[in-house]
Amino acid sequence: MINIELRHPEDVMKLSRLGSFHQSKLSFLRSFIREFKNWEFNRDIFDLDKDGYGVVVYSVRKNKRIYSLICFSQHINADERSDRVIATKWDAAFVLHDGVPTKNDIERLKENVPKQEIGRMSNKELALSRANKSVRIFDHVVNSLSSGKQPDVNLLNKVGYLYRTTAVYGSGKFGLADRFRIKDRKEICGPFRLEMMLVYLVRQFTFDQINHISKMKNPNEFVSLDKKIAKNLGIGNSTGLGMAPFIVNHPTLLHQWIYNREKALKEIRSIKDVSKKEIEHFKFCLEKSKKIIDTWYTDSKYQNKKIKSLKNDLIKFNEYFSSLKFISKKYLWNEIFLWIDKYLDEECSEYLISMMMEPYDNIIEPLVKNMSSDEEKYFNIPSSRKLIELKKIIETKYKSILNINFNDKKSNTFFWFISKNKEEPRIANRFGEYGSNLEQPLAIARDIKKVYEKISNENLSKTVADFLVDNDELRHVIRRIFISEKFQYSEIQDNTISETLIPIDMLRLKLSFFGAQKFDPRSNKWLRICMYQGAPLVNEIKNSDDTWIYDSIN
Amino acid sequence: MMSFSEIETVSKRASKATGYSWGISEEIGKSIRILEMFNLPGISTLNQYLKKIKNNHPKKLKNILKINKSDDELCPIYTGVSILDNCNQLEDLNIIKFFNINYPLLIIPFLSRSSEIINKPIHVILDEGKYILNSNKTIFTNIEKSNNSKISKELTIQFEEDKNLFTDTEWKELYKLSEDTFVPETDSLKNSAAGAGLTDND
Repeated sequence: MINIELRHPEDVMKLSRLGSFHQSKLSFLRSFIREFKNWEFNRDIFDLDKDGYGVVVYSVRKNKRIYSLICFSQHINADERSDRVIATKWDAAFVLHDGVPTKNDIERLKENVPKQEIGRMSNKELALSRANKSVRIFDHVVNSLSSGKQPDVNLLNKVGYLYRTTAVYGSGKFGLADRFRIKDRKEICGPFRLEMMLVYLVRQFTFDQINHISKMKNPNEFVSLDKKIAKNLGIGNSTGLGMAPFIVNHPTLLHQWIYNREKALKEIRSIKDVSKKEIEHFKFCLEKSKKIIDTWYTDSKYQNKKIKSLKNDLIKFNEYFSSLKFISKKYLWNEIFLWIDKYLDEECSEYLISMMMEPYDNIIEPLVKNMSSDEEKYFNIPSSRKLIELKKIIETKYKSILNINFNDKKSNTFFWFISKNKEEPRIANRFGEYGSNLEQPLAIARDIKKVYEKISNENLSKTVADFLVDNDELRHVIRRIFISEKFQYSEIQDNTISETLIPIDMLRLKLSFFGAQKFDPRSNKWLRICMYQGAPLVNEIKNSDDTWIYDSIN
Repeated sequence: MMSFSEIETVSKRASKATGYSWGISEEIGKSIRILEMFNLPGISTLNQYLKKIKNNHPKKLKNILKINKSDDELCPIYTGVSILDNCNQLEDLNIIKFFNINYPLLIIPFLSRSSEIINKPIHVILDEGKYILNSNKTIFTNIEKSNNSKISKELTIQFEEDKNLFTDTEWKELYKLSEDTFVPETDSLKNSAAGAGLTDND
């Protein structure tokens, strides 16, 4: 038996690697589809006018639990349509309601949901979102269907969706139910389950709405959107910096995500005898997935470089993999992993690690149930501990961070702040922009180093409580240091204010755990992605296969 | 209605804006959430207090003694954080008194969390009434919500001994009654019980 260790946080938690993560069997939208198979689906209200404006309500039920998606669609002018968070109108707005909404609920929500951030929800609502049409695709599909033709599949492939959401909110935002109210519900056992449910049901709305509009336009010649084509359409999403602080502000949750991914890798590498069936399944998923890479269109130089590196490395991997004699090998995955780690870039390494999980439901399923975290339990600072212990934790857990010179302007370029107009996180140059005095506590590496430097001049037998009396400006980061002692993957091992920071790496980390694909950076601060492309339609979900993610375009 | 998540976030940000550090502001956010969850007027009290200190940030309490008197009004937040950070040691003092503490309701969630850490109830006696805090699970008080004072002349914290509230006699009487749910063992039951007839000297 060989002793395989988890990968070291110093290697895994670098932003360049985290920004190379891909979807996997652990991703929330995939585990959601697996869990959602036994739910009953209904379209309860479909009250749209000929242009597709009005109200639609869908409900999903399992045993006595019912969730309803209430959709409001409206006309907006082209100049009002914007992906940016500063927008105030959207083609459609959605809310996930706990139970069956009454007429009064729908009337109340009609007044509030389309307003999004300036509306108010109640604790009967669980998640909130809005979306805009991809106009070039939407109009093309309506024109095609209403004249009796199916739309151009090549055109659809380039975009991959009819609508894209520009925000999905949950956990107590704008009056929505707090997470503690629903966290113990057995039917929604993973993080972001309800958000995943909302997006999946929104996808169904986009199909139902476009069929309806097309039919109303020309009832005599209309044809329904072909189910295979529909299946190949997901839901787009435009995501900005709002996501980045999330992964810094939820260290124990971040740990759970990464730890379970690393644990999966470790368990797979520890398999002594890999069966032919498992190898075949890996090859099957890999081959199918490669075709999808060709549909990842982006104008981003950064992303195109990553895609190119991925494609080149996959060719290298193919040569290596074809030369392997599988049956005689012991610990085959470990050997493959060690080769990948040595010869391939992070982009392809992480891609193949996701692929290696594919044959192993038995390893992945138990891990899916551990992706949440009870964060409150770790909030208190163990302040009776001594400074010498704190110093040791920093030296062990933040080794590379201690080497950063924060007196160098390049290490200290950016500051994170909350914008006044939309209360959204932003980043700006400290030396060129106003507002660094209102910096958010997201410069973790810099503040960790400050703690280290300060306690190095103190009597190390002092308690943390005594140190905090005169140093409470470091309290937020001391809390984190003790968290990192227990949770090795809780910290990004990089400088989040460096001149070289690429914020979309932080977004991609989170989005990969969501299960997003088609990363399309529009700058280094925001990107577009696609979710649920290839996913089974609601009437097919019962018999769906978990490899659906590789079925789009195949 | 505001969610508890909004309550925590806004309290944290408002506290930072008034001059507390991020770490202390995080503690305040958590504390106000606790007060509101226990249906106590956290937001309203914090709002009043932050207005009061906006242009005159309070001093920190460097060291907690058995009796804490100061010429300055004490900040319930710095005092609360200090108790929270030192609760394991302060427990030995058994009773601690503070004089001139501002908006004393704001110290309650810190004491409630301290009670959870030391795993003992804490009693708080104020000029106008009493709070009983139990491991951050319950907060009992006889003080009307509308009657929360702006300053407490005297506030006493009592770390309760981990003891039962009933007498030995009461326990014995109740235990005896509980025995009426047991079945008396006859010889035949003894002979057929699990393990009967076997030797354990094997």
